Amino acid sequence: MSVTPRAHPFMPNSVPAIKRQLLEALGVESTAALFEQIPADHRLRRQPNLPPPLSSESELQRHLLGLLSKNISCEQALSFLGGGCWQHHVPAVCDEIIRRSEFLTPVWGTAASDLGRNQAWFEFTSQLGELLDLELVALPVYSWGCAAGHAIRMAARITKRNKVLLPQHLDPERRAVIATYCEPGEMPSHIEQVHVASDPDTGRLDLDDLRAKLRDDVAAVYFENPAYLGQIETQAAEICAAARRAGAEAVVGVDPVSLGILTPPGQYGADIVVGSIQPLGIHMNCGGGLGGFIASRDEPRYAYEYPTLLISMAETTHGERAFGMALMHQCSYGSREKGKDWTGNSTYLWAIASAVYLSLLGPQGFRELGETIIQRSHYAASLLGEIHGVRVVPPHGFFKEFVVNFAGTGKSVAQINRALRERNIFGGLDLARHFPELGSSALYCVTEVHGVEDIRFLARSLREVCA
Amino acid sequence: MSTNNPAAAAKSTGKRVKLRRYHAAVWDEPIVMEMGVPGRRGIHFPANDASLEPAVGKAADLVPAAMRRSSPPGLPEMSEPDVLRHFLHLSQETLGMMGISLFGTCTMKYNPRLTEGLAARPFVADLHPDQDPATLQGVLEIVYRFDGLLRELSGMDQFVFQPAGGADAAYTQACITRAYHAARGELEQRRQVITSIQSHPCNPATAAAAGFEVVTLMLGEKGYPSLDALQAAVSKKTAALMINNPDDMGIYNPQIKEWVDVVHKAGGLCFYDHANFNGVMSKVRARELGFDACMFMLHKTFGVAKGGGGPAVGAYGCTAELAPFLPGPLVTFDGTSYALSENGPRSIGRVREYWGNVQQVVKAYAWTRAMGLEGIAEASDMSVLLNNYMEKELLKIRGVTRSHPLVDGWRIEMTRYSLGQLYEETGVTVADVQNRIVDFGIDAFWMSHEPWVVPQPFTPEAGEMWSKEDVDYWIAVLRQISDEAYSNPELVKTAPHNQVVHQLGPESLDDPDRWAMTWRAHLRKQKARAR
Repeated sequence: MSVTPRAHPFMPNSVPAIKRQLLEALGVESTAALFEQIPADHRLRRQPNLPPPLSSESELQRHLLGLLSKNISCEQALSFLGGGCWQHHVPAVCDEIIRRSEFLTPVWGTAASDLGRNQAWFEFTSQLGELLDLELVALPVYSWGCAAGHAIRMAARITKRNKVLLPQHLDPERRAVIATYCEPGEMPSHIEQVHVASDPDTGRLDLDDLRAKLRDDVAAVYFENPAYLGQIETQAAEICAAARRAGAEAVVGVDPVSLGILTPPGQYGADIVVGSIQPLGIHMNCGGGLGGFIASRDEPRYAYEYPTLLISMAETTHGERAFGMALMHQCSYGSREKGKDWTGNSTYLWAIASAVYLSLLGPQGFRELGETIIQRSHYAASLLGEIHGVRVVPPHGFFKEFVVNFAGTGKSVAQINRALRERNIFGGLDLARHFPELGSSALYCVTEVHGVEDIRFLARSLREVCA
Repeated sequence: MSTNNPAAAAKSTGKRVKLRRYHAAVWDEPIVMEMGVPGRRGIHFPANDASLEPAVGKAADLVPAAMRRSSPPGLPEMSEPDVLRHFLHLSQETLGMMGISLFGTCTMKYNPRLTEGLAARPFVADLHPDQDPATLQGVLEIVYRFDGLLRELSGMDQFVFQPAGGADAAYTQACITRAYHAARGELEQRRQVITSIQSHPCNPATAAAAGFEVVTLMLGEKGYPSLDALQAAVSKKTAALMINNPDDMGIYNPQIKEWVDVVHKAGGLCFYDHANFNGVMSKVRARELGFDACMFMLHKTFGVAKGGGGPAVGAYGCTAELAPFLPGPLVTFDGTSYALSENGPRSIGRVREYWGNVQQVVKAYAWTRAMGLEGIAEASDMSVLLNNYMEKELLKIRGVTRSHPLVDGWRIEMTRYSLGQLYEETGVTVADVQNRIVDFGIDAFWMSHEPWVVPQPFTPEAGEMWSKEDVDYWIAVLRQISDEAYSNPELVKTAPHNQVVHQLGPESLDDPDRWAMTWRAHLRKQKARAR
């Protein structure tokens, strides 16, 4: 018995009568005729071997649940992982807004039909500008590492120099992205990457080493505040001033959630500022929640080197407020290979999540968030530092991440983290692979999601595990 | 001023397509920086915990004095419901796919809400990429399985999902090209990447950003560059070809295999930018055509939401020969469990941190499973069928022509049209028509990437998600606007009339004294102008 083919739920024209109507309008028997321009010897040599369709939503859901339930999330476990992706509280309103179909599904409209979306983008840049104390903020790029890569390339074009100084202790993920953006040594526009040492006691940049390497061939000094290993860089103004004296750009990476309590980079002389927007209202998504921002003073020197989209306030013919793209001709959409680097689809939905987040927090929220984090991270460090064989290095002066050294326990971080996993804890990020000089060390991340009891449970568990 | 005139439209189309009495929501919503009242709060955090003070002291004292923020950031102070309503208003002032959006080159698709919902749950949303792989087996398995599905569709040997968009996949190709020739000791010599004037701008731009010189081929009379032009361009300097097929003209290049041969014989790599895969999926395989690598945009062809421009995925696939150069990590399977591999010595490293926009790979996998091979084949058929139906109807409209009118035959999933004739006869530009079309609840069409190869270009793409009724409505609206252009051009030139706001004024956003990328820049420049 033949079964009438069912129209696919995603395809309204898969009703046979409609398909016939369309074919008749074109005067062809079947859709095969429409592909006549593809030569026969270009066609598939064999049919793709795909599993049968799961067009029933309930079956598809069951299939996906079966797979996804094998994951253990940071909501089920107690996680202290950070490094380049951090577990912060995501306000429910952020999730609600970015799931609105108007923001979720579209690509591009006109200045009028996209008014609301453009305004949300402008509110992202405007609020982030307040946090950073800077007037020029671009729409975000893929990630912090990509933002740093672009910023270093901007600095190289501005200074016409081809060397960047980077901190010795830098997120290996970010460092690898920066290396890609700096191009290999064989290429004519290669940017040489030179490492500046950190002070082993304080975790801060070694100013003597910086000064020794800061010659007149340096395009940019890149440093982070807080540094990758968590330390707040108290010499930020001196580093920026040193860079300026050498004719280099000071490129600074910051954690935006720290800026309710830490001095904004615009106030200590940063020229180009980058960082991650993931902490601003975006779930980690297994690394899929990343987004990077680029900001600077509003000076043509910098503005003319941005590769990104730049949303600007504008006026309509009737004097209404609207928004448009500034300097569109200098991006790759406007100038192809003659544009600055390249742009394309990026992380613009996340810009809206961050705009919502910034509006919810306001100045009091950012102060409170910063204070909660710095107090809890230090509380965790103090408890962990009391455990026999465990040291926190250095024991204070950080924001939300800190290095825990287990050398005195005789155990590796891998062993400790395996044991913690049995207690449903994801221990800190193992630093052994990329930073063997730090010994048996892990980077622990404590944020506002970690309650006082969670921290005590971690300390109790580590005491057992390290014994 | 008169706006939509359904009666006139019905008369001129000769069909019973009723134009909607659409008007955009207008909330006159202030900029958030103007909102709020001192003291209002949108969220609380646990705050200073006095019980911790004996152990660590006051929170404020934990910040080194030299780095304490001296004045609070100038953010608005709003209550939670105020923030919610503000952004809901902004969402309502965004047309997008609430109406009809046939944005060519971007393949507007239905984004299944099942997977949006599942991906928002903690078992996807609240995963950290550095978790022990034993706790990530579900997503690792999905990435691994989806790699397998894309291999079936493309013939490639390995995919990577780290590139965070189509342009990032093109950049990946440029970086792999660099590493491949360096490994063969030929990078010094091979410094040119060849592409066509109708490839997406990201192809030449990423090649240049990776350090290559770009050679651009112009379109020939058949709607794609001629084989002769390619032969004249290749040499010992050729590093790679980066090409779309069909490109945005919708014309398939039947000599593409010869192209690949020419480039391979010269020692270059061939990269198939599958931005326009929708029309050829289940019809051709990049590998069988000879390509070394290809790229799929999961946020276009594979049903993942575009988010107004990302988060996206440019899934990059290549042959076993190029696989050692891939950025990593990659997902591996030993028959029991899934893991992440370390990069080998020849890997280009990273183009972005971690292993990709994993939640989007989950959604693309789900879309592919919902469609199956028959659904994918039907979507391809439907998108080409509907495009050609649309073309037949659009070419009946006064002032509308298509590119390369002498090229016979069906176009694939989109067609490049021109309003050059309409412009010459009425003075109405394609930008005016774009501004007018949004008055009818239809969002902007794509015009063309730079540079324009036909005057006043536009490029709608029907795809498989829009119904015949939707497309008939789109056609009727364009016919209505054409009629208006010939009878009352001012109506079109001053559009939109039913939107949130009117069209942008003539002021230049390239003027340092005018542009304002933040509210604080706007306030400063406004004040300076007033003086």
